[in-house]
Amino acid sequence: MLEGEIHSHLLPDFIIERREDRCIRCRVCERQCGFNVHWYDEETDSMKEDEMKCVGCQRCVVMCPTKALIVKPYPGDYRANANWTKERILDLKKQAETGGVLLTGTGNDKPFRIYWDHIVLNASQVTNPSIDPLREPMELRTFLGRKPDKLEIEFNGDLDDVEIKTELSPNVMIETPIVFSAMSYGAISYQAFKALAMAANEYGTLFNTGEGGLPRELRKYGKNAIVQCASGRFGVDPEYLNCAAVIEIKIGQGAKPGIGGHLPGEKVTEPISITRMIPEGTDALSPAPQHDIYSIEDLSMLIYALKEATDYEKPVCVKIAAVHNAAAIASGMVRAGADIIALDGLRGGTGAAPKIIRDNVGIPIEMALASVDQRLREEGIRNKASILVAGGFRCSADIVKAIALGADAVYIGTAALVAMGCTLCQKCHTGICNWGICTQDPNLAKRLNPEIAKKRLVNLLRAWSLEIKEMLGGMGINAIESLRGNREHLRGVGLEDWELEVLGIKGAGE
Amino acid sequence: MRRRVVLPDKDHHACGLFGVMDRSGKRFSGEMVVKAMKNMRVRGNGLGAGFAAYGIYPEYKDYYALHVMYQDWDEEAKREVDRFLDLNFDVVHTEEIPVNLEARVSDPPLFWRYFVAPSKKGDEKKLSDDDYVVKKVMEINTGIKNAYVISSGKDMGVFKGVGFPEEIAEYFMLESEYKGYIWVAHSRFPTNTPGWWGGAHPFCILDWTVVHNGEISSYGTNKRYLEMYGYYCTLLTDTEVMAYAVDLLMRKQGLPIEIVSKIFASPMWDHIDIMDEKKKKFYTTLRMVYAPLLINGPWTIIVARHGEMFGITDRIRLRPITSGEKGDILFISSEESAIRAVSPELDSVFTPMGGEPVIGRLKKEEKKIEEKVSEVIEGA
Repeated sequence: MLEGEIHSHLLPDFIIERREDRCIRCRVCERQCGFNVHWYDEETDSMKEDEMKCVGCQRCVVMCPTKALIVKPYPGDYRANANWTKERILDLKKQAETGGVLLTGTGNDKPFRIYWDHIVLNASQVTNPSIDPLREPMELRTFLGRKPDKLEIEFNGDLDDVEIKTELSPNVMIETPIVFSAMSYGAISYQAFKALAMAANEYGTLFNTGEGGLPRELRKYGKNAIVQCASGRFGVDPEYLNCAAVIEIKIGQGAKPGIGGHLPGEKVTEPISITRMIPEGTDALSPAPQHDIYSIEDLSMLIYALKEATDYEKPVCVKIAAVHNAAAIASGMVRAGADIIALDGLRGGTGAAPKIIRDNVGIPIEMALASVDQRLREEGIRNKASILVAGGFRCSADIVKAIALGADAVYIGTAALVAMGCTLCQKCHTGICNWGICTQDPNLAKRLNPEIAKKRLVNLLRAWSLEIKEMLGGMGINAIESLRGNREHLRGVGLEDWELEVLGIKGAGE
Repeated sequence: MRRRVVLPDKDHHACGLFGVMDRSGKRFSGEMVVKAMKNMRVRGNGLGAGFAAYGIYPEYKDYYALHVMYQDWDEEAKREVDRFLDLNFDVVHTEEIPVNLEARVSDPPLFWRYFVAPSKKGDEKKLSDDDYVVKKVMEINTGIKNAYVISSGKDMGVFKGVGFPEEIAEYFMLESEYKGYIWVAHSRFPTNTPGWWGGAHPFCILDWTVVHNGEISSYGTNKRYLEMYGYYCTLLTDTEVMAYAVDLLMRKQGLPIEIVSKIFASPMWDHIDIMDEKKKKFYTTLRMVYAPLLINGPWTIIVARHGEMFGITDRIRLRPITSGEKGDILFISSEESAIRAVSPELDSVFTPMGGEPVIGRLKKEEKKIEEKVSEVIEGA
């Protein structure tokens, strides 16, 4: 130990059990681990490990040809204390040793109530037939964008010859109400980014560029892209805006409401510097606010600037983190000209965020969605904008419940990463990702084959879409629009009166 | 302590429907419609039946005919309604609706009818007569306890209550007292509501009546969309949603039934995708804009207003509808047997596809539309 260096008091997060009878010293674990946990000891001809470095990503376990490894939580613990949990003590110790803000990746992992798990769905019995999706059409097609209050139609008694007189706002059609949420090239690897673009294209839905720009050669996927215009304005130029399906102004992110972003210079490699239009090796700093938006009228000016730049051909989305006043803010956004509003909840993911922010700021997406949808209806403007929701969607039932609460479609980020290989080790901010997803290290990134990752993503979209159809059919509904905002099909279990009231649903049995 | 209002469940029911129209405008008694409903007795369970008839008050045809039901024979409610109507309308004639006290019905409330013309004051002068009447009807229904306006159109009326159709018809003496050129009837098989005279169908606003067989699985979506346009569903029935949707699209937005039927029961995307470009664009836009008014689940409705009657069933035809024609007479029914019971010989019988409306229009109305079209063409 060097003079002045502090001996760490931290405990390991994981322990590694190596079944020596199975280990063949092939050293796959050593090569697979970007954190350098495993090493080969020539003297004893055995594999050794430094478990302090292990993040529990399970890469070595999956890749070990003889299944010789078990990685599990470190069982050692301090004296039991309901207030000073092991996590609190260790976080504090880390700060005592570094003097810094603790960073982390992925979404809030704290046990806040997950309302999806307290909401149950309806099904038809006797008075109303359920519909079998294997025999009858079951429609998930969704349109995102502003809808008029009514259509003026010229009709002369012949349905073959009708004209719509109303001027329409642009809408984007998706074949399933599931959209990949914003994950920038830079935060994730080129391979992962490309896989998302290809999967969205193949399935007929959208991916979101995040604020890292869209590499030129991927602009052919523009018609499936939501391109972000965020506080750093990285990668924004007219071609970027015009190649897209939707433009999204990012105001906030569920994992870090009120906080900007920081892509460290080490990650700004040559291709990233070209895409983001910043010098190689410089930090890419996204300010906390958009410095040209200090109020709602400023937002309106940016919305219309982007509409002007794209000839009013694309819906403009505004994304905010779900915070206490989300309903009033969302209403202002619609009045400011937003065609889609995206809400990112308490459990929304991130590539890097201060842990204290991630775990303590924002409100659950269920509550934000319910109150925003209700507010827009009360003001008679719900049809003027679509609602996209994000933040911890884990399965198709979560999506069905969100649509019944009032969402038009759902953003999935973490779920898409898990489909590609992510195991939620929460080390995205380190730049090391053994699964090749959240890294710019070419040796790690090339582990992710975009074609195979795309296949996994398409499979996920297909599987969830099929499940959504099953649930719809059970409710006697054969088009997703008849579920939207249909809270009659939801009931709460184990919820307090105020929670049922905010969600706008009845309790089970009521 | 927070108080949460839990509304009771909406009504669930199945039903029998029948509509008959003489497209020449000739008026006929209620005998035929009663006979047809008797034939479909098993479609109801005696907990509700009702009729709407058009053309029954020729002597007062320029006045709104308000049929008002007084629950529990509440005299105070009647005094209040009388005062309210005197204040807001010119009441040209009023009388108790004649009934047959021998009829086998249980616990009937008091029914009274008023023939009125709007007497608008102040700000309300801006409202059209129809909007004014709708507003006043809502005020009575929500503001005066035990009083319910069950029909409010001109030269038409709704008669409904708890019982089998023939019992209700007997009580109101529909076979002997009235002659109309459209008759629409409904019998209920409710599963969860106790018998209540006001809960029977048809549902009526102005001269629009709706009878409905079904349970709408999109109820919450439809209801919350209609709320944005100021329609609040207070009766908790699917029929109310249908009636308001019809009012919004047809009366307020002026869309014809041919198009409204494609909103309520839109074609499948698979069909739209293979249409020619112009049609594809039209149907796609229609579905996109009116998605919240797609009526999902099993339903059939018959809607009537002066000069027009139409029936539609849902997009995958989960509830029955059949129509038949004999000369100028058009029948729409839940079952062909009911049509055959009153008209064994028919010129044609037709079972429409899901979302395909059966439309009957008075011949003079059809002529009017033709004239309008030719004017437009000549004008161009």
